[in-house]
Amino acid sequence: MIRSHVLVCGGTGCTANNSTQVREALEKEIAAKGLDGEIQVVPTGCFGLCALGPVMIVYPEGVFYSQVKPEDVPEIVEEHLLKGRVVERLVYNETAQQAEAAAHHAATSLSETAFYKKQHRVALRNCGVINPEVIEEYIAMDGYFALAKVLKEMTPMDVVNEISKSGLRGRGGGGFPTGTKWKFALGGEPGTKKYVVCNADEGDPGAFMDRSVLEGDPHAVLEAMAIAGYAIGADEGYIYVRAEYPIAVKRLEIAIKQARELGLLGKDIFGTGFNFDIQLRLGAGAFVCGEETALLTSIEGNRGEPRPRPPFPAVKGLFGKPTVINNVETYANIPQIILNGAEWFASMGTEKSKGTKVFALGGKITNTGLVEIPMGTTLREVIEEIGGGVPNGKKFKAAQTGGPSGGCIPAEHFDVPIDYDNLIAIGSMMGSGGMIVMDEDNCMVDIAKFFLEFTCDESCGKCTPCRIGTKRMLEIMNKITSGQATMDDLDKLEELAAYIQANALCGLGNTAPNPVLSTLRYFRDEYEAHIKDHTCPAGVCRALLSFEIIADKCKGCTLCARNCPAGAISGAVKQAHVIDQDKCIKCGVCIQNCKFDAIIKK
Amino acid sequence: MKSVEELMAIKEKMKGNVVLRNEADGIRVVVGMATCGISAGARPVLNAFVEAVNDLDLAGKVTVTQTGCIGICQFEPVVEVFEEGKEKVTYVNMTAEKARRVAEEHLRDGKPVVDYTINNTSL
Repeated sequence: MIRSHVLVCGGTGCTANNSTQVREALEKEIAAKGLDGEIQVVPTGCFGLCALGPVMIVYPEGVFYSQVKPEDVPEIVEEHLLKGRVVERLVYNETAQQAEAAAHHAATSLSETAFYKKQHRVALRNCGVINPEVIEEYIAMDGYFALAKVLKEMTPMDVVNEISKSGLRGRGGGGFPTGTKWKFALGGEPGTKKYVVCNADEGDPGAFMDRSVLEGDPHAVLEAMAIAGYAIGADEGYIYVRAEYPIAVKRLEIAIKQARELGLLGKDIFGTGFNFDIQLRLGAGAFVCGEETALLTSIEGNRGEPRPRPPFPAVKGLFGKPTVINNVETYANIPQIILNGAEWFASMGTEKSKGTKVFALGGKITNTGLVEIPMGTTLREVIEEIGGGVPNGKKFKAAQTGGPSGGCIPAEHFDVPIDYDNLIAIGSMMGSGGMIVMDEDNCMVDIAKFFLEFTCDESCGKCTPCRIGTKRMLEIMNKITSGQATMDDLDKLEELAAYIQANALCGLGNTAPNPVLSTLRYFRDEYEAHIKDHTCPAGVCRALLSFEIIADKCKGCTLCARNCPAGAISGAVKQAHVIDQDKCIKCGVCIQNCKFDAIIKK
Repeated sequence: MKSVEELMAIKEKMKGNVVLRNEADGIRVVVGMATCGISAGARPVLNAFVEAVNDLDLAGKVTVTQTGCIGICQFEPVVEVFEEGKEKVTYVNMTAEKARRVAEEHLRDGKPVVDYTINNTSL
């Protein structure tokens, strides 16, 4: 009889930190102690607290261990699993107090920690809870009951209406109402071939929520696609997933196989005559393939290039047939809406943005990881409370949302409730939900340049505004960061940006200027400092820095001179040294080596 | 899959499996499992509780867990039962058979088995 479950995270972050070895060590140790009949080890999807991986949680106590190494396993088994003594040193420090309470038999709860308290998990509800490779565990959490409900009790129109009523909007970036999209694909001649496609080509730097859903709860996506298939009258679905997500691909393959074996995919599902099956297509990692028309073109076997819209995919999509294409996180919400009702979903969030949104927190933040919050939560709550704030006592400068298509939100908008429309109003966008936190050490010009480099690289080259426009913008950005730009260049940059936004063929180009425009809007002073004063206020842009030795502080220890790779430092022993600015390559090695803080960077 | 009943059958079969992962709620049964407890026979007691809770279909309401030494080693195996709003009940000198009775009368029917409680044992 199983009395305890040990859930070990098998998401990408924890796997990279050896969670597989931890799990194997646990299984071995538990068997060696003869506890294998009582304690079950369960590999799960992402818990969200990736910064503290590998993480594991022991039920029924709910004790949360973080940064567990394979060497720690014997102690956990001997002390906790055998004798019931929590291994305090490994307990996540926020729950540590509660673990102590647990030792004194009070109720303990991970959901009470600052990281989880304000979260509300809908799309991620099963991530870190079930074993994603066992379909029965998904079924035990009401899995596939939403599919049963729509097939048995609802007409396709009912389903579309329910989704419309819920107010669900596309989680991939655009925020288009999902119900409306489905309605477009409805109808047509009976027997018209249609397709359901899942966009799992998550490409924004720093965003990994779709990967976590696929890794932690793949059946939710399969079930939702079948529901969409029933709603629009499609019998075939494709999931377009990045080949760089091997764990997600493997779990999807397992999930599809298991669903077919149980007859939850295939012919005559639930004896209703409804047929639906799903195939995987692996993307080669081109960013543009996350754009829906490019993605469909790629599935068709052609080079991933976008095509003009209209016609929209709902009218003329995959292989020229009506197609519904939604993002992974959007699908993950669907079964819950069907089971709990549109009103339940619409009760969360703001007036025009319902439900929850998953954000991938990264950058200068204490709790790097995945958080799912109701729409309308403020940036302050996300960063200071859930994210634990900016580490090392640094000052918050801006949060970048929406990846290369989005913009930077400065501290002055800290209390704006996060939803689709508010983010656009302040010059950013929801995007897929990447959130990169920046502190005073980040140069905003450099950040904008980084994202522009990304889109410039990833431009497919089909349309001129994007192919050449982003390249010209990048050239101007390079001039600015090397101190060679004039104020005229700023005007050109803005003019070019507006032109690209208006004329590019697809979303990639339309939004490519956003990082530059939003930083210009909020941090124009930094641009001007680069251009007029030839300085980088954050001390990032190398070409604008100079290194100098303060003669009074220099003891003449020669350490800097010996370590300088360019031979730019000269001076006699016990005499103040000097840096030859012409030879200096601004690598900073001298500062790292100086024991007397005698070298400064300006 | 030809019917919702089949799906329900899988869910029912698996329910006991995943219910363990809910946040602890309701009644908590804590078995002392330090060296003294284990040598006095706490393991069969713990397992008897887990089995009884499952047999009696109490898995959603009762959590069986373990703890270290409670400090009254001569009375091991010791089992404590916590319930929101009620006083803690401490059972001493437990056995698997006694555990079964506690599960039926106390955990299911709400009547503590006074015969086994510490108050009934001379200290």
